[in-house]
Amino acid sequence: MADRLAMLGQWALNRLSALGSFVLLFFSLLSLMGQVLRRGRLIAAQTHFLGNHSLAIILVSGLFVGLVLGLQGYYTLRRYGSEEALGLLVALSLVRELGPVVTALLFAGRAGTALTAEIGLMKAGEQLSAMEAMAVDPLSRVLGPRLIGGALAMPILAILFSAVGVFGGWLIGVGMIGVDPGAFWSQMSEGVDFWDDVVNGIVKSVVFGLVVTQVALYMGYASKPTPEGVSRATTLTVVVGSLSVLGLDFILTALMFGGL
Amino acid sequence: MNPAPSAVLSFQEVTFGYGASVVIDRLTLAVPRGQVLAIMGGSGVGKTTLLRLMAGLVTPQSGRVEAFGQALSVKDRQALYAARRRMGLLFQFGALFTDLSCFENVAFPLREHCTLPESMIRDLVLLKLESVGLRGAAALMPSQISGGMARRVALARAIALDPELILYDEPFAGLDPISLGVTARLIRRLNDALGASSVVVTHDVAETFLIADQVAVLAPTPTGARLVAMGTPAALQASDDPYLRQFLKGEEQGPVAFHYPAPDIAQAFDLNGTPSGH
Amino acid sequence: MQRPVTIWVGLFLVLGLVGLLFLALKASNLTSMATGQTYAVTALFDDIGGLKPRAAVRSAGVLVGRVRDIGFDDSRYQAIVTIDLNRGIQFPKDSSAQILTSGLLGEKYIGLQPGADEVMLKDNDRIQMTQSAVVLENLISQFLYNRDSASPSPATPAPASDGLAPPGLK
Repeated sequence: MADRLAMLGQWALNRLSALGSFVLLFFSLLSLMGQVLRRGRLIAAQTHFLGNHSLAIILVSGLFVGLVLGLQGYYTLRRYGSEEALGLLVALSLVRELGPVVTALLFAGRAGTALTAEIGLMKAGEQLSAMEAMAVDPLSRVLGPRLIGGALAMPILAILFSAVGVFGGWLIGVGMIGVDPGAFWSQMSEGVDFWDDVVNGIVKSVVFGLVVTQVALYMGYASKPTPEGVSRATTLTVVVGSLSVLGLDFILTALMFGGL
Repeated sequence: MNPAPSAVLSFQEVTFGYGASVVIDRLTLAVPRGQVLAIMGGSGVGKTTLLRLMAGLVTPQSGRVEAFGQALSVKDRQALYAARRRMGLLFQFGALFTDLSCFENVAFPLREHCTLPESMIRDLVLLKLESVGLRGAAALMPSQISGGMARRVALARAIALDPELILYDEPFAGLDPISLGVTARLIRRLNDALGASSVVVTHDVAETFLIADQVAVLAPTPTGARLVAMGTPAALQASDDPYLRQFLKGEEQGPVAFHYPAPDIAQAFDLNGTPSGH
Repeated sequence: MQRPVTIWVGLFLVLGLVGLLFLALKASNLTSMATGQTYAVTALFDDIGGLKPRAAVRSAGVLVGRVRDIGFDDSRYQAIVTIDLNRGIQFPKDSSAQILTSGLLGEKYIGLQPGADEVMLKDNDRIQMTQSAVVLENLISQFLYNRDSASPSPATPAPASDGLAPPGLK
């Protein structure tokens, strides 16, 4: 019994220590931002790697989510005679919640794991130590640009997800089911507030981008330099990243939309 | 307290360990200027840790590491980076950046620390690659060249800024006889051509004794690694210290045991007599 | 490797911008807001029902403004509602404001009925004549009271609607 308690305590202390290192890494990166922002080409390369390469999965997923929203939304609204609010339903769901959150989850899975594996393997191959020994700070040259790349790519991906999703909803609602297109678009454009809905959604996705990218970078940077270590790190990136996104989503939603 | 002026790097009573275990115990050592110093000892004694201490990649628990007359400390990052720019460190497997070509790898320190026109960078990089015999491989990626070649490209990268001190981590490990000879001669040639000092961590006795000016031998003790001998190759060959004799001659019997500590053999194979009944 | 990368990144950013423009212009209220210079007027209500900020303000069924803010006046114990009206539209000083219900889902909005005054409402003016939301419980209890007493019920304040008619119908 005392053994189990000791193990639990040890586990808890390890988690706390990891959390501390995570936050410290984030602040170290923030403090280096001045240097990092001068490395334009590196940032561009990372935005390309994280953003452009995720486009396919994001656009396809966005379309499917929009289609499903259109379908489910129609059947639910029909019960209250409010089919014409379909456009509004689809747009609000996407712009406020599904766009930022689902994009972040997909991002964690696709781009996050790639980042973690890359950094973990660089660490295992002593590339980070070699850089350090050449008096070049790996935080500034390797991690920093990736953080900015992720924070840039995420909101754009989320916007595209929402836009394609709205199109998907239109496709099903107006195209296939026959909801009145006029009502579809007019209720949407009346009911979706640019600042309160669209911009808040973008703010969410920036926060998610920072968090998911930072988790991916930290997991890779702190991984054990063995194949098992890197593999475990990539799994953790997806798990921790996804859970953080969902938890933060609740907090942000409460802050942003609670008043209404 | 002040190191001899002829030492480019020195350890003063340096102790280092992870947690409770001590890896290096109160080591005092000076790297003479302009010479090749070989650091030898059995596997796992802490030679690689020694190199990391020299480059300031890890900090000693106690004692002082001095390079170019200044103490290396994590607290003063500027001084640490300034010292590192005067050093070159060759890792055991090269540690080339896998996303860059060989050319870009060697150009890396030049691009990061100097503002040179592209044509000058090109010339310098090709010269460095030429000195290790790999100018033709400049456009290749690290995944396209052999391990030995990768190590040589890493060497070209390590000397890109013409360092005053070059550190080698097991440069001979896993090389064929031809590459062994080539590498050993390269280390000596570069040292003399650059007017630099070199520290070679290795346990390859034959090649090292051919090129080293001084040899330091570390032995493991229960309380961490200790320096047992420091001198010219000839002096060490002539010594009659039992550890040295076992190490240099590669003998099985001596202070270093072959068997890892284990329970009594009679018990392990159940030779004590009671029939076990199967 | 350098130029193609930056081109793709640029393309990516442009794509994002296009998506944002689509969301902003087609999917949200940015255009209708953007045409808005607005001026603010206030109105006091006994009961706002479920009126929320950003609710519509309509006159003759047409959107003429939005509810900006809802507060509580603790000297009069009434709700104080601030409305942003589109600057191009002017209402007489004696116009009345009424809280009405839209559609079956029950979204509340404010209906403005113009008065006859020659002087118009200006920025920060107050609408004097207001009618609160119809609360279902009060309606029911009134109905029961009327039935029980079996005498002509006191005139209920002239409702332009009983809370269930769609906007614009009288």
